[in-house]
Amino acid sequence: MSLWEYANPKKFMQTSAWLLPWFTGLAGLTLVSGLVWGFFFTPDDFRQGATVKIIYIHVPAAMMAINIWIMMLVTSLIWLVRRHHVSALAAKAAAPIGVTMTLIALFTGAIWGQPMWGTWWAWDPRLTSFLILFLFYLGYIALWEAIENPDTAADLTAVLCLVGSVFAVLSRYAVLFWNQGLHQGASLSMDREENVADVFWLPLVTCIAGFVLFFVALLLMRTRTEIRARRLKALIARERMA
Amino acid sequence: MTALLLRDLRLAFRSGGGFGLALAFFLIVATLVPFGVGAEGATLSRIAGGILWVAALLACLLSLDRLFQTDWEDGSLDLLATAPIPLEGAVAVKAAAHWLTTGLPLTLAAPVLGLLLNLPGPAYLWLLVSLALGTPALSMIGAFGAALTVGVKRGGLLLSLLVLPLYIPTLIFGAEAVRRGSEGLDPATPLLMLAGITLGAVALLPFAAAAAIRVNLR
Repeated sequence: MSLWEYANPKKFMQTSAWLLPWFTGLAGLTLVSGLVWGFFFTPDDFRQGATVKIIYIHVPAAMMAINIWIMMLVTSLIWLVRRHHVSALAAKAAAPIGVTMTLIALFTGAIWGQPMWGTWWAWDPRLTSFLILFLFYLGYIALWEAIENPDTAADLTAVLCLVGSVFAVLSRYAVLFWNQGLHQGASLSMDREENVADVFWLPLVTCIAGFVLFFVALLLMRTRTEIRARRLKALIARERMA
Repeated sequence: MTALLLRDLRLAFRSGGGFGLALAFFLIVATLVPFGVGAEGATLSRIAGGILWVAALLACLLSLDRLFQTDWEDGSLDLLATAPIPLEGAVAVKAAAHWLTTGLPLTLAAPVLGLLLNLPGPAYLWLLVSLALGTPALSMIGAFGAALTVGVKRGGLLLSLLVLPLYIPTLIFGAEAVRRGSEGLDPATPLLMLAGITLGAVALLPFAAAAAIRVNLR
C-alpha cells in the first residue's frame, strides 16, 4: 500500500466516498460541541467581557487560512513533480476555502477590534499580512479561472503558488520591518495562545480540531466535484468527437 | 543575447509604445496626487516618497502586458524558445530591456517629480538610489507575471492582480528607505533589503518565468 495509490482518481473517489460522511459527521460534532462549550460554558473574561468568545472562531480560521496555503503549496509541488491530477485538483479545490477562512479571520478580527482596540482596522503586522495573504489567494483563484486548458492552468497556478509562497514569507517579514519602523513599542500583541487560561484553552482546541475536520470534509467534497466536472467535460468532448 | 536586447529596445523606442507612455503616466499620477490630498507643502513632503514609489510601481505595471504578448502573437516567442540561447536567458534579457525602457527613465525622472511634490532635501539621493536598486526587481517580477498571463486574452487586469501583491516587499523597503532618508535617519537597512530582493529576483525568477512560458507554448 502506498500513498500514491490515491492519486488514481477512481481509487480516490472510492476512498473519499467512504471517508466523507465520517469527516462531515465528526466535523459537525466537534464544531458544535466546541462552539457551544466556548460560547455558553466558559466564563467571560474579566477585562474583555463576552467579546473574548470570538476567539473560538477567529483563531481556528486564521490558522486554517495559513495552513491551507501550505497544503496548496505541497499539492502544487506534488503536481509539478509527479503529475497526479488529483493533487492539482485538490489545490484548486482548497483555494476558495482558504480565501473564505482568511475573510472570516479578518472580519471576526475587525468585530473584536472595534470594542477592544477602538478601531475596525489597524495596520498591525499580523492584520496586514492577512490582507496580503487574501490578495495572494485572489490572484491564485483568478489565474485558475482565466485559463481554459486544465493542464496549463494547473501548471501555471502551481508555479504561481511556489513563487507566491516565497513572496508571502518575504512580505510577512517586510511588513514586520515596516511597522516597527512606523511606531516603535506600540505592540498589539495577539499571541493569545500563550497567555490563554485553561478554561478557554480546551474549547479552543476543540474548535481548532473542528475547523480542521470541517476543512478536510469540504476539501474532499470539492475535489470530488472537480473530478466529476472533469469527467463530464471528457464525456462531452467524446460525444462531440463521435 | 545582445541582439535580442537591442531588438527589444528598438521596438520599445520606435513603435511609439511603452517608452514614453510609462513616463507620462508617472508624471500624471504625481500631478493628480496634490489635487487629491491638497496642496499644503507639509502634507505633500511627508507622503512624496511613498507616492513616487507607488506611482513608479503602477507605471512599471502599465507596460508589462506587452512584454511577451506581442512576441507570443506573432510567433517570435516560439522562435526564442527554440533558439540556441536558453529561454531563461531570453526572459532575463527581455526583463532587462523592460527595465532600460521603463525602470531607468522612471528613476531618472523621479527627482524632478520630487520637486513637484515638495520632497524634503536629503531624500532626493535616497529616492534615486532606492529606485535604481528596486526597479530591476519590479521588471523581473513583472516579467514573471507577464509570462504567466501571456496566453490569456486581455490579461491586463489579471496581470495586475497577480503582480501587485508580489510588489509589496519591494515597495515597503523602497518607500522606507526614502522615508528614512528624508528624516535624516540611516537608510542602509532597507536599501540592503531592497538590493537583496532585486538580486534574488534576478537570480531565481527567470527560471519560473521561463517555465511558465514553456507551459504556455505547449
